[in-house]
Amino acid sequence: MGLLLVALVAVPVLGGLGLLVAGRPAGSVAAPVAIGASVVTLVLAVLVAVGRPAVSTPLVAGIDAALAVDGLSAVLVLLVSAVALGVVVFAAAEVSARHRFFGLVLVFVGAMLVTVTATNLLTLLAAWEVMGAMSYALVAHRWSADGPAESGATAFLVTRTADVGLYVAAGAALAGGVGSLALADLPAAAAGWRDLLTAGLVIAALGKSAQLPFSFWLSRAMDGPSAVSALLHSATMVAAGGYLLVRVEPLLAGSGWAGPVVAWVGAATVVALGLVALAQTDLKQLLAASTCSQIGFVVLAAGVGSTAGGTLQLVAHAATKSLLFLVAGAWLTALGTKQLAALRGAAWRWPLVGTVFAVGALSLAGLPPLSIFFGKDAVLAAAAATSPALYAAGLFGVLISAAYAAAALVAVLGDAPRDPGYDTEQAGTREISSPARWPLVPLAVAAAVLGLAVDPVRVALGAAGEPAPTPVEALVSGVLAVAVVLAVVLAARAALRGAAVLPELPALIRIGSRVGPLRAWLGLEHAARVGVAAPTMAAARALGVFDGKVVDGAVWAAAGTGRSAARLADLRVDTLISATVTGVGGVGRALGRLARRPQTGQLHHYYAQAAGALAVLALFLVLVR
Amino acid sequence: MLSVVVFLPLAVGLVLLALPRLPDPAIRWTWVAVSAVDLALVVALWIGYDPSSGIGYETDVEWIPTVSSGYHIGVDGMSLPLLAMTCVLFLACAIFSLRETKRVRAYAVLFLLLHTVSLGLFVSLDLILFFVFFDVSIVAMYFVIAGWGHGERARRSALMFFLYTFLGSLVLLLGFIGLYLAGGTFDIVELTAAAPLDGGGPLAGLVLLALVVGLAIKTPTVPFHTWLPPAHSDAPAAGSAILAGVLLKMGTFGFVRIVMPIMPGTWRQYALVIVIVGVVSVIYGALVALAQTDLKRMIAYTSVNHMGYVVLGVGAAGLVAGTAEQARTLAVTGAVTQMVSHGLITGALFLLTGVLYARGGTYDMAAYGGLARPAPRFALLFAAAAFASLGLPGFSGFIAEFQIFTGSLPGAPVPTAIAVLGIVLTAALFLIAFQRVFLGATRTPGPVGDVTVVEGAAIAPLVVATVVIGVFPRFLLDVIEPAARAVVELVAR
Repeated sequence: MGLLLVALVAVPVLGGLGLLVAGRPAGSVAAPVAIGASVVTLVLAVLVAVGRPAVSTPLVAGIDAALAVDGLSAVLVLLVSAVALGVVVFAAAEVSARHRFFGLVLVFVGAMLVTVTATNLLTLLAAWEVMGAMSYALVAHRWSADGPAESGATAFLVTRTADVGLYVAAGAALAGGVGSLALADLPAAAAGWRDLLTAGLVIAALGKSAQLPFSFWLSRAMDGPSAVSALLHSATMVAAGGYLLVRVEPLLAGSGWAGPVVAWVGAATVVALGLVALAQTDLKQLLAASTCSQIGFVVLAAGVGSTAGGTLQLVAHAATKSLLFLVAGAWLTALGTKQLAALRGAAWRWPLVGTVFAVGALSLAGLPPLSIFFGKDAVLAAAAATSPALYAAGLFGVLISAAYAAAALVAVLGDAPRDPGYDTEQAGTREISSPARWPLVPLAVAAAVLGLAVDPVRVALGAAGEPAPTPVEALVSGVLAVAVVLAVVLAARAALRGAAVLPELPALIRIGSRVGPLRAWLGLEHAARVGVAAPTMAAARALGVFDGKVVDGAVWAAAGTGRSAARLADLRVDTLISATVTGVGGVGRALGRLARRPQTGQLHHYYAQAAGALAVLALFLVLVR
Repeated sequence: MLSVVVFLPLAVGLVLLALPRLPDPAIRWTWVAVSAVDLALVVALWIGYDPSSGIGYETDVEWIPTVSSGYHIGVDGMSLPLLAMTCVLFLACAIFSLRETKRVRAYAVLFLLLHTVSLGLFVSLDLILFFVFFDVSIVAMYFVIAGWGHGERARRSALMFFLYTFLGSLVLLLGFIGLYLAGGTFDIVELTAAAPLDGGGPLAGLVLLALVVGLAIKTPTVPFHTWLPPAHSDAPAAGSAILAGVLLKMGTFGFVRIVMPIMPGTWRQYALVIVIVGVVSVIYGALVALAQTDLKRMIAYTSVNHMGYVVLGVGAAGLVAGTAEQARTLAVTGAVTQMVSHGLITGALFLLTGVLYARGGTYDMAAYGGLARPAPRFALLFAAAAFASLGLPGFSGFIAEFQIFTGSLPGAPVPTAIAVLGIVLTAALFLIAFQRVFLGATRTPGPVGDVTVVEGAAIAPLVVATVVIGVFPRFLLDVIEPAARAVVELVAR
């Protein structure tokens, strides 16, 4: 059984690496390989979800590489494999440079599967960072232009900055006495270290999930292909942050401060990024902001201890949002635009695609009985049990979600204008191939009926005791969602009378006229560039100059001092020494001359000298004695 | 056996010198062959070595008995991985140099000499022997840079390199003499057992200062690093790969082999200073690298950053109070792993810059753009090496850095947390560099071909080796961990 879990990871990773290393020649077989690997992965996912195996092998001193499937992991393993298969099938009809695209996607899927089955921080961190790198490469898929590569780098750097939290958390866990870094043992860490550890985990999770204040990287990530957005930036990688918070919920609950902080960051993101979504004029940007907002519900759930609610919302959102992104991608390929204004009437052009988009949008709007209604309600129930203020914020979020989802729907339902403004972003093909349509249907079904998963998920997670929505709560949120959707649609019909103004609807719902900051994602990226990136680059350049002028300069100055000293030595010391040496030599020669004088070669002189010497010696002895 | 491994390259080098009629291709292939044989011998040593046995393959012969200095060599879990890394890197350089045409005989002989002194240094168990290898490496590298570097500037850079690191070696020698005066021998094993200067006092501090400064210049740490960028930017690619990959390790190896075991008390006393030097090197090196527009200088500065992690790890191992042995073992294991990992990765990166220089004749990033189009394999190799260097999991750098961070944080939380920010800076600088050179619109100084078979054969194995260590590190850590634990225990005694 453990072997199956290894295979679950190994199949996509090895398949992906194989495609990457084989390079361009593998382009023609890349899609079949990827689809095959995804199918196998899905089968393996079902098997491990049933069998619940665990494997581990020593990695570094005292810390293993360890994977295990429990209830939560089982849900996510199924989710990831299923969405991956759908996206890969869709992309087979869409993308260019296939060996690279599918290679990276498969490696990504493997990394995501490790992330959701990892049982300790080291394993989690490793997979977590690989996901980030794959995201970089996939966002930068069309690297000939400067934009996508820069966007990919932005996304990677923002999430990696947050990942620093995970590195610190690992060290803090070790310091706090959790030598194995096992996620399950983290709440037992020593008090002070536990707070540091919790803070690190929370920061990393918020970064990966594009929550406030990190949200802007997700906007940049929309430069990637739509299939990438459907897989990474809605259903899986972004969800990983929410997953991690749900996973370490006992740690958050035990710390005292982390639960409320996480809940409020989630709630703030729900509201703020919901408003951002409302202000977008680009369909993918709207969906991206909505992703931040919807994942915000998951984060909120983790903060208030609703693991089942968070998981449900994660699953429901994944199905819904990957569907919507795929449709946006299909339209972009066909019509060459993702501007809401230009997409007027797109829903009618391909009725099946339009229908599934409607299902997705209504699910996103929180309309009962579609899936997100159930996810959100479970979260709201737990929020209500914790704090009325959080509940109110969540309810406001429901209202906003309904508004932007309805706005998107109304826009694509309008009558197609005569001059729609297609092909502004790329040359459209004017067709949506049938392979690209296949995965839309099962995703739409999932988005519609995943509400049925409420009880199975509760059982799988062993979370039967968590607050369930009361009928009143369900009624309130359901009625609110229906009311808002109706209001938007009817307002569009009544106030606008006809097709001409329909696409302007997002403008109607904008709060006042000051949407600039909202459309620019609250200026978060600008703030990060001005507040973090620019000072860092300035410091780098200043240090570069400092390094050349001062540090290196000091070395050369020291060397110069050496040379000066040498010159000085040459002039003074050397003269002095040579004078001394000459002097010593002179004295020596003089002494030598003196010493030579007695050596006359005449015997009587020697006798006289010997007698004299003996006399001196005798005198010396006498005196000393 | 060990002596054969060490002196085989030099012996073959002398034979090459003695056969003046040998044509250049024969010399090149002999060089490759002897490097491969030496690598195979080290693999055999590795297989035959029992990690729990301490020092293996020991030879101890009288050499200069008047100062109790002997020809004392042996390997342990610290040196064996470095021997293997050294041999892999020299083999890669030999293969890479198959296209070298300039004074091939002298070039090959110098590299074979460097090969011997590098191996010799890592197996030395005697301070005088260590010092001799340390100094000869400087001399040989001076000739490589001055003789085969890029243009007139190379002489000046080589001279600076020589004078600076030679000065460092003299300071180191002073420290060695201090140890001799206190311990009465130059034998590292005996000095370790006696720990003669552990009573503290000003002499201990001065000797530590001399040793640390001497080794810090070679490593190099901030502020003794300024010889490194010019030496690299003007050295030939293979010379840079050896200089950064092997010679820098001589500095950090000195910490774990000599300073920590022989002066444990003094090391503990000044551990925080070492940690701070490490962290400053990490951040400073990364920031200055970020500001570079010359690809090779940038990579040179990342060496300052990466060696800073090593210094952080060995420093944290001295912060005994309040930390578990597991943490300190992780830190030292990570430091040694980082030496191996950095050798492979930076070796690959410098050889890749050699590929770039061979195409465009400059390292200036502004001269290039979109190279991924004409040279996709080159882009793939560079991307892999760059991501390895920025510590992506799956590559050896992550295994090393994760251990260093996790092991250092319990003892030095604030410095370590600052050092972790280094991984964001290195990520930024490599992504920016990759984007400038390989992505966007294609822009080249001349026609750019993809990596050749020879270049690929030299570089790809280095990348593969970092992946193998990154995914299956146990074969390496099984050897390093016992030795690291031994050092940790010696420091804590």
